[in-house]
Amino acid sequence: MGFFTDTSVCIGCKACEVACKEWNAVPEDGLEFTGMSYDNTQGLGADTWRHVAFIEQSKPIGQNETGVEHGAAPDASGMRWLMASDVCKHCTHAACLDVCPTGSLFRTEFGTVVVQEDICNGCGYCVPACPYGVIDQRKGDGRAWKCTLCYDRIGVGQEPACAKACPTDSIQFGPLDELRERAALRVDQLHDLGVEDARLYGHDPDDGVGGDGAFFLLLDEPEVYGLPPDPVVTTRDLPSMWRHAGVAAAALLGGLAAVFTAHGREGGAR
Amino acid sequence: MSSSEVGKEGVRGERPGREAQIGKGLRGRGRRGGRRGGRGEKAMVPEAEFTSYYGKPILNPPVWKSLDIAGYFFLGGLAGAGSVLAAGAQLTGRPAAARALKISSLAAIGGSTAALVHDLGRPERFYNMLRVMKPTSPMSVGSWLLAAYGPAAGAAAALEVTGLFPRLGRAATAGAAVLGPAVAAYTAVLAADTAVPAWHEAYRELPFVFVGSAAAAAAGMALVAAPVRENAPMRTAAVFGAGLELAAAKLLERRAGLAAEPYGRGRSGAYMRAGEVLSAAGTAGCVLLGGRSRAAAALSGAALLASSACTRFGVFHAGVQSAEDPKYTVVPQRERLATRGTAAAS
Ligand code: SF4
Ligand code: SF4
Repeated sequence: MGFFTDTSVCIGCKACEVACKEWNAVPEDGLEFTGMSYDNTQGLGADTWRHVAFIEQSKPIGQNETGVEHGAAPDASGMRWLMASDVCKHCTHAACLDVCPTGSLFRTEFGTVVVQEDICNGCGYCVPACPYGVIDQRKGDGRAWKCTLCYDRIGVGQEPACAKACPTDSIQFGPLDELRERAALRVDQLHDLGVEDARLYGHDPDDGVGGDGAFFLLLDEPEVYGLPPDPVVTTRDLPSMWRHAGVAAAALLGGLAAVFTAHGREGGAR
Repeated sequence: MSSSEVGKEGVRGERPGREAQIGKGLRGRGRRGGRRGGRGEKAMVPEAEFTSYYGKPILNPPVWKSLDIAGYFFLGGLAGAGSVLAAGAQLTGRPAAARALKISSLAAIGGSTAALVHDLGRPERFYNMLRVMKPTSPMSVGSWLLAAYGPAAGAAAALEVTGLFPRLGRAATAGAAVLGPAVAAYTAVLAADTAVPAWHEAYRELPFVFVGSAAAAAAGMALVAAPVRENAPMRTAAVFGAGLELAAAKLLERRAGLAAEPYGRGRSGAYMRAGEVLSAAGTAGCVLLGGRSRAAAALSGAALLASSACTRFGVFHAGVQSAEDPKYTVVPQRERLATRGTAAAS
């Protein structure tokens, strides 16, 4: 189960942010005037599990007034506004889960990734492991927190709070293969309209994280939205890391053994 | 607001309509872009400069405190390599050096464990570290390693000081010497197994930087604590460690590309340079004068210890710096995509 977030219909109302905070009783973490358009939550963290990004670009979007026949002439209004609701990707190969030393992070029966707050000891390892900058440590609490994909709601047959609250169905919840199918249709539809920028992000089960459980339709490069263009789960290289560390440890032991062999007993050679 | 019924099997009932025409683009209707690549992206012209979301980092930077974690790296290395030197000293008839190193290893491993526990958000739950055994988590592997190494190092030191059960003492010394290198090396994997560019991209060289630094630190400790007549192998060990550390660090800076840049900049750059200078001074000092003067040996040893600590702080801050700047995340990933794109096209 997962999310498909179609940012092309997001209106930036932040209903998802609010619904998430309310349902999950996520503490308030301050509102700031950031100067980043209408964004005052800035990014995902321990106390922001849905984050709506606002991007103002001087790229004309054109012909977007409803009820007006624009004809063939390009209507190059000078600016477009991109809005996108970001969330934990619930990676198929989740680095946060792999590196968690306590088993606090686990994979649920829905294929989602959830922190068990009664086990997390706040080691903070998951934080730099996540290639998307999602999970974080809550100040004053010490434990790691992130989106649970409303584990409690989906368990009793309810859709997650953000998807429920989204007035435009920008956030859709459902089985991933079905969402992927729907997303592919939507991209084709947008391309037919001439919106060449439309592309899917995180939908490919062969990408560096084995596909995201929450994927997106974006209208620009991922990094414009603060998403990594080609994330790879760090543990993919772990076998090689252990091998290198093993060789290094052997070099240390062997090197120092050689040093003592060369010097011999005290009062001996040299 | 869909009114669909959601269950474990999925959504039943309504599908959202998807007719919203968000701007019809600049082209007339019906003209397909037709340039989609394998991942649903249009073919890219390489961008002149990287873009980001208001310059915000993509990663959430490590929440670890530098004193705790860099200190943990340093003390773990000092303890681990110290146990090897202690065993060597004992076997080759250098009892004073062996005794000093066993005590320093116990103190260092105690200190490093305390730093690790102190860094937890919920220190009172530290025992959850031994709740599972997970080879995919270097921190889990490390916790079990410490759980085995700590008692061995402790027994080696305690039996040495009290003189009780000499045979058990020798076994503990040997056990600590075998586990020590693993304790010194695994911390490199701990750092590398993250999305932090300056750590992850350095995963091949970092273990060698760490064990080299550990050997230099332990040799430094021996030079500080042991009499001149016993320190000849310690001086060679210092040269070996400092050389390995320097060579691996240089290789890292050459090979890791953009991810190596933070090692030469800002706070990290300052620590790394200080580490190099101290290491050169310590090595030269002990080779030239350490065999003759007790004071010179102790001074060189102190420089080697300080150098190892500086390197660990340098590595730590390089990671933090690389996580805080989206450039280090975006640009290499873009390059990777571009290479893959050209490879697929040709
Ligand atoms: S996005 Fe980050 S926090 Fe979410 S599952 Fe993937 S690695 Fe874990
Ligand atoms: S902070 Fe908690 S959830 Fe994250 S890795 Fe550590 S124990 Fe696991």
